[in-house]
Amino acid sequence: MSISIRGISKAFGTFRALDDVSLDVPQGTLLALLGPSGSGKTTLLRIIAGLEWPDAGRIEEDGTDVTDRHARQREVGFVFQHYALFRHMNVFENIAFGLRIRKVAAREVEAKVNELLHLVRLDGLGGRKPAQLSGGQRQRVALARALAIRPKILLLDEPFGALDAKVRVELRQWLRRLHDEIGMTSVFVTHDQEEAFELADEVVVMNHGRIEQRGTPDEVFEHPSTPFVMDFLGNVNVFHGRVEKGQAFWHGVQFDYPDYPHAQARPAQVYLRPHELDIDRPTDRPPQAAAQGSLAARVVRTTRSGATIRISCRPDGTESELHVDIAADRARDLALQTGDQVVITPRKVRVFLPDPEYVI
Amino acid sequence: MSSPAPRSGGRLAENLLVAAAVAVVGLLIVVPLASVFAEAFAGGVAAWWRALAHDPDTRHAIWLSLTVAPLAVAINTGFGIAAAWLLARFRFPGRSLLITLCDLPFSVSPVVAGLALVLIFGRQGLLGPTLAALGWKVIFSWPGLVLATTFVTLPLVVREVLPVMEAIGPEEELAAVSLGAGGWQVFTRITLPNIRWALLHGVVLANARAMGEFGAVYVVSGHIAGATDTMPLRVEKLFQEYRTPASMAVASVLAGLALVTLVAKFVIERQLEAEARELAAARGLADTIDTDPATAGSDASGKDSSA
Repeated sequence: MSISIRGISKAFGTFRALDDVSLDVPQGTLLALLGPSGSGKTTLLRIIAGLEWPDAGRIEEDGTDVTDRHARQREVGFVFQHYALFRHMNVFENIAFGLRIRKVAAREVEAKVNELLHLVRLDGLGGRKPAQLSGGQRQRVALARALAIRPKILLLDEPFGALDAKVRVELRQWLRRLHDEIGMTSVFVTHDQEEAFELADEVVVMNHGRIEQRGTPDEVFEHPSTPFVMDFLGNVNVFHGRVEKGQAFWHGVQFDYPDYPHAQARPAQVYLRPHELDIDRPTDRPPQAAAQGSLAARVVRTTRSGATIRISCRPDGTESELHVDIAADRARDLALQTGDQVVITPRKVRVFLPDPEYVI
Repeated sequence: MSSPAPRSGGRLAENLLVAAAVAVVGLLIVVPLASVFAEAFAGGVAAWWRALAHDPDTRHAIWLSLTVAPLAVAINTGFGIAAAWLLARFRFPGRSLLITLCDLPFSVSPVVAGLALVLIFGRQGLLGPTLAALGWKVIFSWPGLVLATTFVTLPLVVREVLPVMEAIGPEEELAAVSLGAGGWQVFTRITLPNIRWALLHGVVLANARAMGEFGAVYVVSGHIAGATDTMPLRVEKLFQEYRTPASMAVASVLAGLALVTLVAKFVIERQLEAEARELAAARGLADTIDTDPATAGSDASGKDSSA
C-alpha cells in the first residue's frame, strides 16, 4: 500500500514538530526517516499510524484519505521504541492480541500465532512473559504482534535503538529479508545513519520539522543537498572559506564552484570528507601540485579507527585540525611521524553558502 | 542485626534507636489494640456475640457500615481510575491544581467536611429546598453518610493508581489501539491488569478508612440509633452509655478489620514492589543500551575560520 503525506503540520504548544511536510512512499518501499532528536521524525511516524493528529494536512493510503481515521481502523502495524509488550500477557497472548480483538476463531488464532512465532524464530517461547526475554527477543515479539493483523503498512520507531551492537546488525538484515518476503510498505525512524543506509531503499533526512533531503542511500551520502545533511552524516571536516566568480577559496586552495558566478565575494562553508583526501610527503609530489589545489600541513597525530588510519594534520598558518583517513597499507608506506610536513590534496570538495536560517 | 558502621558507638546508637522504636510502637499501637480485644472477650465469646448480634441497634450499625463503606469505595474506585487516567495521560491547564484538590480531603478536618456537606445539602443548605421539593433526604440519612465517607476517602485510590499509571506510560495502551482495540477493550485488557495491584491497594486503604470514619459521618448522620449510626458512631454511643463491654465488642470488629487490612496491605505491597522492580529492570535494560553512543557520525569535524 502506498502512503502519501500532504502538507502535514503539527505543533506541540509553541514547538513546531512538523512544518508542512509532504512525502510519497511507494508500495513495497522500505523507507528510513533519519534525523536528530526533535527533528519531527517520530511525530510523523505516529501521524501516519493515526496515534497523533496533524494540525494541518492529509494522509492518504493508496489514494484514499485516511486522515480522520482512528488508529484502530488504519490497519497499520506499529513497533514501538521500547516494544510496549503487554507485560501481564505471555508471548503467545501478546501476538494473539490483534486477532482476539478481531474475534478470530481460537483454532485459527493458534495456527496463526505459531506460524508467526516460527517466522520470528521464537518457536516454543510462547509461554514466556516479556520480562523473561532478551532485548532482541522482545523486539521480535513486538514485530510478530504487529504483523499478526496482516498490516499493509509496517511502521517502526527506532526499532534497534535499545539493542546491543551485534544483535542490532543481525536483526537489521533479518528485517530487510522479512520486508522483502512479505512485500509491505515499511517506514522506520532512526537517528543512526549507518542503520538507515544499510537497511533502507530510500532515506529521508529530517531537521526542525522539515525534510532536508530525500533519496537513495547513495544519493544522500554522495550528494548531500544541505549543510545540515552533510553535518548530520558526520565524519567530515568543516572550514570557513569564501566564494567569488565561480571559484571557491579556502586557505590558499582554489576550486571551481560554478554555482556562484557573482563578482561579490561571500563567505562559504567548505566540507572535506576524511576519506576523500590524499596525503603525501612533499618530496613525492611533482612541484606543480601545490598550484592544483593542495595545501601544506603538519602531522599532529595518527590514530587507528577500525581498518583505516586517521591522520590529524594542522594546515600551515592555521590553528585548526584536518582529518585524513587512509588505508592501513598506505599509512605503513608513508610512515608519518608527528611533526612531519605533508601535502594534502582533496579529491572532492563540497561548498555550501551559509543559509541565514541554518543553525548547526 | 548488622550495621554498616564498624564503630561500637554506632552499634550502641543503632540498638538504642531500635529499642525506642519498639517501645513507641508497642506502647502506642500493640498494647492498646490488644487491650481492646482483651476487653471485648473478657466475658467470653458468647457474651461478645450476644453484644453484637442481639442488640438491634448494633446490628443495624454493622449493616449500615457494611452498606455505606462499599458504596463510598465503589464511587471512589470509579472516580479514582478516571481521575488517575486523566492526570497521567493528559497535560492541561489546571492539572497541578486538580492534583492538589484531590489531596485536599487529607488536610481538611473530617468535621469540617461534614459541616460543609450540611451547608450544601442540609435543610437550610444551598440545595436544601430543591432536595426537599424532590422528597430526597441527604443529611441525617444514608446518602449523607455515603457522601461524607466518599469525601474523606477521595484521595486514596487516585494516589495509589496515579504514580503507577505514570510509571507504566501510555505505550501499551497505544499498542493495543494500533492493534484495533476500542477504548473499553484497552481499559479492561491492558490498563486494568497493569494497575490492578495499585488499585487493590487503594481500595483496601479506602475501605479501611471508610469503615472507621467518625468525624464527618458524626456531623451528617444526626446520630440516630437504629437509623444513621455506623459502627464507629455506635462504639462511641455505647461507650458514653457506660456499656463498655458492648462498646468493646463492636470496637473489636473494627480492630479486626484493621488487622485484615494490614495483612492484605502487606501482600499487595509485595506484589507492587515486584512489579516496580520488573518495570525498572525492563526500563534499565533499555536505557543503559540507549546511552551507548549510537555512533551517529563519529565526529571528525574540525572547525576553522581562515578564509
